[in-house]
Amino acid sequence: MAAAKRPELPAILIANDLREGEVVFATLEGWTRDPRRALVVQDERAAEALQVFGAKEFLRAKVVDPQLVAIESAEGAPRPRHYREALRALGPSVRPDLGKQADFQI
Amino acid sequence: MYLYDEFDERLVRERVAQFASQVERRLSGALTEDEFRPLRLKNGLYLQLHSYMLRIAIPYGALNARQLRRLAHIADVHDRGYGHFTTRTNLQFHWAKLKDVPSVLGLLADVGMHCIQTSGNCIRNVTADPFAGVAFDEIEDPRPVAELIRQWSSLHPEFEWLARKFKIAVSGAAQDRTVMKSHDLGVRIVRDAASGAIGYRILVGGGLGRSPMEAQVLRDFLPREDLLAFLEAALRVYNLAGRRDNKWKARIKFLVLDIGVEVFRARVEEEFARIDKTKANANPAEEARIASFFASPPYESLPEISRSLEQAVARDEELARFVGNNLTRHKRKGYAALTISLKAIGGIAGDISSGQMRAVADLAELYSFDEARVTYAQNLVLPHVRLDDVPLIFARLKEQGLATANVGLITDIISCPGLDYCALATARSIPIAQALSQKFADPARQKDIGELSIKISGCVNACGHHHVGAIGILGLEKKGAESYQITLGGEAGDDYALGELLGPGLPAEKVPEAVERLVAVYLARREAGENFIETTRRLGLAPFKTAFKEIADAVA
Ligand code: HEM
Ligand code: SF4
Repeated sequence: MAAAKRPELPAILIANDLREGEVVFATLEGWTRDPRRALVVQDERAAEALQVFGAKEFLRAKVVDPQLVAIESAEGAPRPRHYREALRALGPSVRPDLGKQADFQI
Repeated sequence: MYLYDEFDERLVRERVAQFASQVERRLSGALTEDEFRPLRLKNGLYLQLHSYMLRIAIPYGALNARQLRRLAHIADVHDRGYGHFTTRTNLQFHWAKLKDVPSVLGLLADVGMHCIQTSGNCIRNVTADPFAGVAFDEIEDPRPVAELIRQWSSLHPEFEWLARKFKIAVSGAAQDRTVMKSHDLGVRIVRDAASGAIGYRILVGGGLGRSPMEAQVLRDFLPREDLLAFLEAALRVYNLAGRRDNKWKARIKFLVLDIGVEVFRARVEEEFARIDKTKANANPAEEARIASFFASPPYESLPEISRSLEQAVARDEELARFVGNNLTRHKRKGYAALTISLKAIGGIAGDISSGQMRAVADLAELYSFDEARVTYAQNLVLPHVRLDDVPLIFARLKEQGLATANVGLITDIISCPGLDYCALATARSIPIAQALSQKFADPARQKDIGELSIKISGCVNACGHHHVGAIGILGLEKKGAESYQITLGGEAGDDYALGELLGPGLPAEKVPEAVERLVAVYLARREAGENFIETTRRLGLAPFKTAFKEIADAVA
């Protein structure tokens, strides 16, 4: 994890909850299912701290596949820049009734 | 249909208990993800983009009503109300929760189902002709052999950790309907011309993925009693010599390519000669026991032609289309095999809701001797329906949105889940299939175009069989955006061929137009009675490339 290439900023940390598999986002207090509450990091130090948090949570069997991803600096729910991560954060584009896009009306 | 005996039952239950304890240890943190991943994969559990995905084995695609209803129940209670049938005739639930998986596996075990060996480097779910036992051109029903191989390969101690995944298909008909030449190993039931004896032609070394290869003949005629000994010899040679240092060179096809099929064959024959056949081969009593499960159901004696169906067809154009496209000739007079298309116009290929599963279960029970089948084309089959019952079945299917009359036509598109679900994907595939399905929705136009297979994968792994589509579409990433390569001339059956690339990748929105241009070349230049693939074979790539280039140039 530490060796992974750091994405551009701003960024958020996405993972899957170990027990449920559901996509979760890191916040200052832990994890949330709501992408609108994801902690957005703007600088290198905060990004590094978030990455370390993800790696620790992975080792503590809380989450799997934690990834720091670059987002658009838009209003509202942070939207990953890359289409893959955007799909991961929102849900399947062919089932708008499922995933975060449906749960949180985004 | 084969029903579990005590041994099968115990094996599956023990496996559920074992996995339940592994899940518990993972959740407590006692197992790391690296330790747990191969264990979960051995039980069909993947991590995809939005969730875990559970892949359930449907051996040789056979399902009964009770199993379908149980799958519907699992979809409702433990998933999101639907499932996805794959090109390997498995069912995937895309929203599995790790903590629930042991209970789900228990629910499956109740109806003789499991997820064992649906992933990982082992012998995977055995597939067979979806018209097994009913096909008009059948030499012999392949299901007893498929079931024998299923039992032999389940938890086979020597072949638990192969160099890579291993897929076996079995067919017993004159025409291949299993994409046999894309398999690591193919078992084809054949009749020896000289003696009239039935035995097997064994194929080896097929595969799609990054480096697609066509399977070659390993043994032209194998006496039937020697099947398991011969499979053991072939698997052993692969298990010992297959590369384990490079995942991308580890399939048996690379070994066959490396040493050549002649050397591979010599090694297998040498090993085969050494094996104690009485130990390795199946016991005839056990074979007979298995075969007894696949006896013909109690068919009625019916006239060849159904007057009531003829009259109904004359009155109803939609029914006429359905009968024309979705029925397959049955070996028994007055019966047909009926294909239920899971390719509604604009729908998601292979997806089925829990309500639809229950409706198919009811129809199978009422009209098809409690049998349904899954096809590699991601459709379902009711294998034995009376022609007289077709109008009624059609009406019931229509209520469920399952009466799409497009089997084998341009909208009967194979598509893997792609980036909408799959963590390995480089691009989405479902939206491409949907756009094409909508573009060619008009039934008259579909009829005019005729037989044409479009197959779409969301990455080089080729789960959507794009290499063997008459038109194949492969989703990739190009400069941070989805990009689609189009191939032409692939074929899955006896005239097996890998498609050839037409040109550079296109953005998603250009794909329907490009496909339309290719179809236009065919329509303009076909000869009487020629279908799309025949025209491409006669004309070669050039005119299609020219048409394609206009679109590609406009993009560039
Ligand atoms: C989590 C989802 C999936 C993963 C991780 C996955 C992984 C792979 C990989 C890595 C390969 C390439 C194997 C190789 O070249 O050695 C492959 C091939 C294949 N998969 Fe999948 N796949 C997934 C879903 C599916 C689905 C949904 C289907 C059916 C629609 C499917 C059917 C196949 C088939 C038919 C092939 C090509 C035949 C072959 O060469 O084995 N897979 N898959
Ligand atoms: S072809 Fe690629 S994108 Fe499609 S299911 Fe297979 S691994 Fe996933």
